[in-house]
Amino acid sequence: MDRNALRVEAVSPMDLFIETFFNWQIVHDAWPILWQGLQATLLLSALVVPLGMIGGIIIAVLSTVHSPWVKWPLRVWVDTFRALPPLVLLIFIFAGLPFIGIDVGPWGAVAIGFFLNTGAYYGEILRAGIESVPQGQLEAARSTGLTRGQTMRYVVLPQAVRNVLPDLISNTLEVVKLTSIASVVALPELLFQARQAQSVTYNATPIMVAAVVYFILLWPVVRVLSQLENRQLAGRR
Amino acid sequence: MTGWERFTDSFFNARVMAQYLPKIIEGFGLTVVLALCIIAAGLTLGLLLALLRAFGIRPLNWLIIFVVDLFRALPPLVIIVLLFFGLPNAGIELSGFVAAWLALTLVLMAFTEEIFWAGITSVAKGQWEAARSTGLGFVQTLGYVVLPQALRITIPPLTNRTIAITKGTALASVVAVPDILGAANAGVSFSFNPSPLTLGAIAYLVLFLPVVVFGRWIETRFAWKR
Repeated sequence: MDRNALRVEAVSPMDLFIETFFNWQIVHDAWPILWQGLQATLLLSALVVPLGMIGGIIIAVLSTVHSPWVKWPLRVWVDTFRALPPLVLLIFIFAGLPFIGIDVGPWGAVAIGFFLNTGAYYGEILRAGIESVPQGQLEAARSTGLTRGQTMRYVVLPQAVRNVLPDLISNTLEVVKLTSIASVVALPELLFQARQAQSVTYNATPIMVAAVVYFILLWPVVRVLSQLENRQLAGRR
Repeated sequence: MTGWERFTDSFFNARVMAQYLPKIIEGFGLTVVLALCIIAAGLTLGLLLALLRAFGIRPLNWLIIFVVDLFRALPPLVIIVLLFFGLPNAGIELSGFVAAWLALTLVLMAFTEEIFWAGITSVAKGQWEAARSTGLGFVQTLGYVVLPQALRITIPPLTNRTIAITKGTALASVVAVPDILGAANAGVSFSFNPSPLTLGAIAYLVLFLPVVVFGRWIETRFAWKR
């Protein structure tokens, strides 16, 4: 037997740690599939953020209608999808619906699930934003001859968005982080690919790389957000 | 079978539901315990970090900021997977429950620190100076003057964040914890019928709908008059 094989027993804990979590050889070998995963994660984010935003705008605009026939169903809808953990919703769509012949696949399931879940969150945020725009703005806009839709589009929404910008960014950050649950339905995004690479190499480095990639990607957003939130909370006094 | 019958037979199958109800109830208990453990540890650690940061020790604050940023930037599922599937490669085995608890506790800790810190810095400087000039020490000022004021404005964001992170307990099912979702998933694969998932979804709604409504109430109750 080769002497080096016996020496494995004598490695220091630090070496073992580096060997297991920061193994350069494995970073090198696993990078191509991790890169594919990262691209899928970016594509997924580019798909679900606008989708959730559209859902949110629909909900927010509907919430300006004062009829109880709109108000209460809308509130039940929003609260239901805020109460249901996104993973539960995703699995229900992905694994439940095929039993009645509706099979939308992983991408379809993620798109529908995120539309429902993040739409409800964006909707709540935008609703608060719309409520923060003074009623006088609306009346002034209407009296200049703008229609209801135009008032919404050109006067109310731009101000509403600005007023709740930190919350919108914060929610978008959460949505991008949340795309990692797509790995549970075998959509080959970053975390899924990292798990695949780990099970092939018996080494945790690919997951560590995935974590580092997420961190590099999202840290700037967290920094900006932290500044914005501090200012916002301080401004409430 | 008509479409409607097929629908009810799949999602509201009484026989399957009756069979898996006990498992879902057990899962419900587990989800509640996990959530309470996360809330207790996460809020406490977050508050401690914020207080520690108030002492203004530079290198320590950099470390706190880094840790907080780290756990705000990483997706909770990535942390859970790293703890549960990654650590065994280094010879450290955590149970799924502990991995999920630790991961979500760290995430809640990070958000809590951030919110408390924002609350502490939002208290006007004059409050500090007035308290110190009456002879209160630093710790007394923090405890009797600053924190009580900071706490009030932190309650709405803290409540919402806590709810959001607690919902993350469903992620524990990924690391084989038989919580609500875990029990429901197991039920589906044993019975080959998705009714346990319906039960699971109902269980989550029973658990979280009141919490979400409570969060909404807190937000209006503590809203600052502008």
